[in-house]
Amino acid sequence: MFKQKTIEEVKSASRKSSSGTTSNAFYNNPRIRGFFYQIALIAGLLYFFGTIIGNTLANMEATGIKTGFDFLGAAAGYDVLMSLISFESTDTYGRIFVVGFLNTLLVSAIGIFFATLLGFVFGVAHFSHNWLIRKVALVYVEIFRNVPLLLQVFFWYFAVLSSLPGARQSLSLGEAVFLNVRGLYMPKLIGGDLSSLVWIALGAAVAGIFVLRRWAKKRQELTGQQFPVLKTSIAMVILFPLIVAALTGFPFTVEYPALKGFNYFGGITVIPELMSLAIALSVYTGAFIAEAVRAGVQSIPHGQTEAARSIGLRENKIMSLIIVPQAMRVIVPLLNSEYQSLVKNSTLAAAVGYPDLFNVFVGTALNQTGQAIETIFMTIIVYFVVNMVISFLMNRFNNAVALVSR
Amino acid sequence: MAKKALLTASILAATMTAGAVQAATLDDVKSRGTLTCGVSTGLAGFSQKDENGKWSGLDVDMCRAVAAAVLGDSEAVQYKPLTAKERFTALASGEIDMLSRNTTWTHTRDTSLGINFAGTNYYDGASFMVMKDLGVSSATQLDGANACIQAGTSTELAIADYFRENGMSYKAVTFDTSDQTRQGFESGRCDFLTSDGSQLAALRIGLANPGNAVILPEVISKEPLGPVVRQGDDQWFNIVKWSLNAMIEAEEQKVTSANASDMKANGNPANKRLLGSEGELGGNLGLSADWAYNIITQVGNYSESFERNVGMDSPLKLARGINASWRDGGILYAPAMR
Repeated sequence: MFKQKTIEEVKSASRKSSSGTTSNAFYNNPRIRGFFYQIALIAGLLYFFGTIIGNTLANMEATGIKTGFDFLGAAAGYDVLMSLISFESTDTYGRIFVVGFLNTLLVSAIGIFFATLLGFVFGVAHFSHNWLIRKVALVYVEIFRNVPLLLQVFFWYFAVLSSLPGARQSLSLGEAVFLNVRGLYMPKLIGGDLSSLVWIALGAAVAGIFVLRRWAKKRQELTGQQFPVLKTSIAMVILFPLIVAALTGFPFTVEYPALKGFNYFGGITVIPELMSLAIALSVYTGAFIAEAVRAGVQSIPHGQTEAARSIGLRENKIMSLIIVPQAMRVIVPLLNSEYQSLVKNSTLAAAVGYPDLFNVFVGTALNQTGQAIETIFMTIIVYFVVNMVISFLMNRFNNAVALVSR
Repeated sequence: MAKKALLTASILAATMTAGAVQAATLDDVKSRGTLTCGVSTGLAGFSQKDENGKWSGLDVDMCRAVAAAVLGDSEAVQYKPLTAKERFTALASGEIDMLSRNTTWTHTRDTSLGINFAGTNYYDGASFMVMKDLGVSSATQLDGANACIQAGTSTELAIADYFRENGMSYKAVTFDTSDQTRQGFESGRCDFLTSDGSQLAALRIGLANPGNAVILPEVISKEPLGPVVRQGDDQWFNIVKWSLNAMIEAEEQKVTSANASDMKANGNPANKRLLGSEGELGGNLGLSADWAYNIITQVGNYSESFERNVGMDSPLKLARGINASWRDGGILYAPAMR
């Protein structure tokens, strides 16, 4: 009978046959060889990129283009429409970079928040028993998913917000909120001496909710009794700060926007560039998230719903306790890429003049200084890092909702 | 396998050795048979495309003049519409041979962008346009107003200086194209539009009702506009520079598109030098002797180009002002053609 050779036998045989011609020299050692090739590859790559960078710098020098990062310390000399930190035209390009970065973060955060909200509402609405709601969800997804985002940004900016009345004919709500072609003007709360106590109370209320949730869950596990967590939480968030505010004698003054000369001043201003971009990003990405939610819910076998019904859960409880937690395993990885797309798509700000990082830095700063390579490099790094952070957080979240396998 | 490795190696080698290659733009243009010229995305009087796709304007005439001088055909131009933000990158990357896009000659641009300004074909200054019903008659009344500005322009810097100098505040709403600034201005997003005076005149006639807007008297900056070339190709720089000078010189000598052939044969020595029937001017540039003759017969002298595009024969109706020849009290002055 044919006897199969074991692996050990084959190995020793080959070792014997080769030992005659090639000795156990160091260059035959697979570890050393591997190490050598790794080093060679790294050296090759270093040389490759080193030469590219060196060539670029030499060529730029030869054609008289300025290089280096000195421009970051130079005064920019132009103004930025909207800034979360104070900015004047005498400030530096470095500060412009920060201003643009914060504006990018702002519009991305607003976009992610509302896109998630819209996505979950319309994604779940797809399974509604109401024909109209189901169809509305379908129409929303199909329209906004299939129209290019740039067109949507233009639509909100030029078709919708540009047709609002001028500053002196503003639409107003109780002489406190004003809406015109230049933006949305809202009253601002300005805190007095004791106002920090109110914010502390609000923080305490939020912290209290977490404690309450944990307690209610434990109680339910032990006794089976349920506690109205949602209602209590809402009451806490409203009542805690309100009671403290009443005790300290309402340490706030309200600053109302008022028409002075050409514009409304005071209060909080939301510029139309931000509004149009945030709306477009939210609605567009929301349509994709709605599809992700739908896919997630559909991935749960119908048996789960039937099983839940058989133990007597109500329909809304089935959704929130049985279906959605399981669907999250499918939804979260999709959400991750939608959020990353949203951050990258926020660069369309340039189309309507919202001063995001891409617009103020790669747009204007690059043009005024001519230092294309430096500005583009810095901007790439920013988007890269922001998306890595999103990815990291979403992966952590994914681990939390993923099926724990043993 | 060996072939593949060889290919990879040669590509790598090519990358490594691609050092400072200074392409001769003149040779490129000649072998291509067309001049690639960067212009604006549409600005009445300077560079604008009509319904037949034909470009015209003062800046377009600059492109046509160079094409006439180099290729003998003023129509052998491929126009590349560029926003203010794109223009220098397009030039530096070699996408265009020259830039003729109402570009202000500034010290920073000239010294740090790797470009050279080949002269000035329009002396301008930044100014303001407001709607009449705003009731503003001077820029000093614009404290707290919103401004529509094109992003990446020297005006963006000039207006920041002006408001700071006068202790006033403003909000800068920036757009990519000058057409978008006009839309923003018309929709009421801003109280005033700021740009070079000539551009304001062009944008004003593009308004739904031009009579509703006025241009304020203040001129807040110097904006000499001119053609731009890449640094490091002196021959090409000379060609563009002297194409512009030939148009200015022709006006000084009263040589026009109509009388150029007559002057070439029967003119005075200066006429003959300019038009190539005497002297070496074309040869020194690496061009044919009738380089300037082609410019003048096909494009016209500076005065003809000015009046046709932005002057009294155009909807803009701009006066010559300081853009008149030095002989007529302006500051246009071509160096000596000899």
